[in-house]
Amino acid sequence: MATAITIPAEREHYLNKEHGISSWLLTTDHKRIALLYLLSITFFFFIGGFFALLIRLELLTPAGDLVQADTYNKLFSMHGQVMVFFFLIPSIPAVLGNFLVPLMIGAKDLAFPKINLLSWYLYVIAGIMMLHAMITGGVDTGWTFYTPLSTAFSNTHVIEAGLSIFVAGFSSIFTGLNFVVTIHRMRAPGMTWSRMPLFIWAHYATSIIQLLGTPVLAITLVLVVLERAFHLCIFDSTCGGDPLLFQHLFWFYSHPAVYIMILPSMGVVTEIITCFSRKRVFGYKFIALASISIAVFGFLVWAHHMFVAGMSVYAALAFSLLSYSVAVPSAIKVFNWTATMYKGSISYSTPMLYAFGFIGLFTMGGMTGLFLASLGIDVHVTDTYFVVAHFHYIMVGGAVMGYLGGMHFWWPKISGRMYPEGWGRLAALIVFIGFNLTFFPQFILGYLGMPRRYWQYPPEFQVLNVLSTAGSTILAVGYVLPMVYFLWSMRYGKIASDNPWGAAGLEWKASSPPTTFNFDETPVVTWEAYNYDEIPTPEEVAVER
Amino acid sequence: MSDSPATMEHGHSPALRHHFVDVEQQRNAASLGMWLFLATEIMFFGGMFCAYLIYRVSYFKEFAAGSQSLQLEVGAANTVVLICSSLTVALGVRAAQMGKRRLLVMLLLLTMLFGLTFLGVKAYEWHREYKEHHVPGFGFDAKNLIEEHPNLGIDPQHAQVFYSLYFAMTGMHAIHMIIGVGLFTWLTFMAWRGDYGPEYYTPVENAGLYWHFVDIIWIYLFPLLYLIDRKPLG
Repeated sequence: MATAITIPAEREHYLNKEHGISSWLLTTDHKRIALLYLLSITFFFFIGGFFALLIRLELLTPAGDLVQADTYNKLFSMHGQVMVFFFLIPSIPAVLGNFLVPLMIGAKDLAFPKINLLSWYLYVIAGIMMLHAMITGGVDTGWTFYTPLSTAFSNTHVIEAGLSIFVAGFSSIFTGLNFVVTIHRMRAPGMTWSRMPLFIWAHYATSIIQLLGTPVLAITLVLVVLERAFHLCIFDSTCGGDPLLFQHLFWFYSHPAVYIMILPSMGVVTEIITCFSRKRVFGYKFIALASISIAVFGFLVWAHHMFVAGMSVYAALAFSLLSYSVAVPSAIKVFNWTATMYKGSISYSTPMLYAFGFIGLFTMGGMTGLFLASLGIDVHVTDTYFVVAHFHYIMVGGAVMGYLGGMHFWWPKISGRMYPEGWGRLAALIVFIGFNLTFFPQFILGYLGMPRRYWQYPPEFQVLNVLSTAGSTILAVGYVLPMVYFLWSMRYGKIASDNPWGAAGLEWKASSPPTTFNFDETPVVTWEAYNYDEIPTPEEVAVER
Repeated sequence: MSDSPATMEHGHSPALRHHFVDVEQQRNAASLGMWLFLATEIMFFGGMFCAYLIYRVSYFKEFAAGSQSLQLEVGAANTVVLICSSLTVALGVRAAQMGKRRLLVMLLLLTMLFGLTFLGVKAYEWHREYKEHHVPGFGFDAKNLIEEHPNLGIDPQHAQVFYSLYFAMTGMHAIHMIIGVGLFTWLTFMAWRGDYGPEYYTPVENAGLYWHFVDIIWIYLFPLLYLIDRKPLG
């Protein structure tokens, strides 16, 4: 209470400049739009998480006893659609990217603030359509909308869900477009390409995928909707169409979409590791170019999702080889992070714990990806829990860990308050334990032959499934905790200084929270990125005082 | 910031948004944004062109027969109409740059007229195809194709794939035309109000880019759909 009274003449910043609901709903400030996104994706995260918990509860016992088979089909379909299109794709770009891209390059806002707001409204419209589709009966096609199930056989709300993802896609395209133009045209004087934070490079690569991949998904979904609604014949094999063509078009977007999720996370982790090792990042140019090459290679590997779908063996060989090539830039990143930490003065604060978690889990996810890229093993484990475990290690172990790490790292900048460090570390630990307990058993289950998307299984798989379900409840606690203490800290957290971590980067030169136009004077950059040898640590600053 | 020398130089353009340093930066940003958007549009249509390519190779004779059932003269005339509209758009951008308000409004109206003519002709063609039972999902029937080319061994299902792509592609193109006409209605109003001149004509330029893009899509659609093979078939 005392602190609340002692700061009546509070400095003006983007949060308190204007009040009232319309100052939020009509804002064009990239930081406020980031917070609008934060609220909406958190909402969908918990909806998707709720479906996940129901799935895990059903799989607690071998018999299909909690829900009907049809309901189970809808649960995993909607879990996938919500988590992929309404949480993971927008997560880091639309929240942290939106907030930080202009700040990090010294701009006042994104290039197109109104289009930025439009992209949030498109997201909301898409979200409402998706919720309506769910409430009125759901979808049971899996998140992949494979034809002819989606066009001819399913009796669920495929059209509405498809159109909803079409609209959400435009939201994603506009975010990416805004980032590319902003990064090209709005950098502060002296902010050359080789001085940009690697977070920006990661977002640049992500945006290119969003721009070039998403429209292909859009037209694919339009064709599915047209085929379902007007009986056009493009993907339906009963009238001369080719379901494989659907899979090719779908994965042309949906494989690179994985890199939309993981690349921003890699950017976050790079910022965190170099800050909490107090060292210049190792191999700046390699990390930057690795981001770009992941974006490029990412477009050439899609058919590894279709090895058993009946395509040519020679095509499969080529796609297998190309899939391995993605491992090279990914490995460069992992090695460079490790080398950055080598002989650094590491502090084990919450964001760093998430970064550690990211490196370990992403490495496991990536290595098992190599198993799946090799034709022989892929045939054995296709559509088993091995695949489920693999992509959850990338999407949840990788992308969500990075997202949470980034939320903690930049929370002082976003809110102007510190989160409670002890609780933060505890939550990071719980997330890590819960995650591994949930998904590691699934590798074994898959290798033993448990197929995905079934609501019953032979009794010998029960022990591992019980472990997995137990892990998911721990994971849920780990996800609820940060939400609680972030909310708590907005009121009771310690007031954050402008640069609580002693971090490099222009965003830390702005006040916490920043003013509406970020900088009082346009900054001029004269130093290289991550000049940690020149920046005092927070402790050194305290001693000098 | 609005008093900084940079903006003074450019004469305090009222169109300058607060977050740009100067008009130059703003124009460059808008232009890059539009080109990127057109890149996404290429990928959007690219999905259909890809499907077209694959099925044209697999079902060539049905595609050729289907192509012959389309009225070449009508499609060609429509192509001319669209090319004319591209000319009026290009002249319109020039008029905006030179600050000729009345000329700009006239050219924009003319462009819309060409656009609407195209859509009208397209609607006529669709109606004709509907009467011939060539619309998939609405009593599709390939009978007259088979009668016309009795020795070709036409598979009605494969013919249906041709017409599906024909309607999907021309339909998507028409939707883009309709959006374009809507855009130009708004643009005409702003031009009539006198918003555009030598200092600020970015919206005219960008809407023009969009219009040209939609035209170019048609320039590809016309030969791909109407001119597959005009020789007498088998």
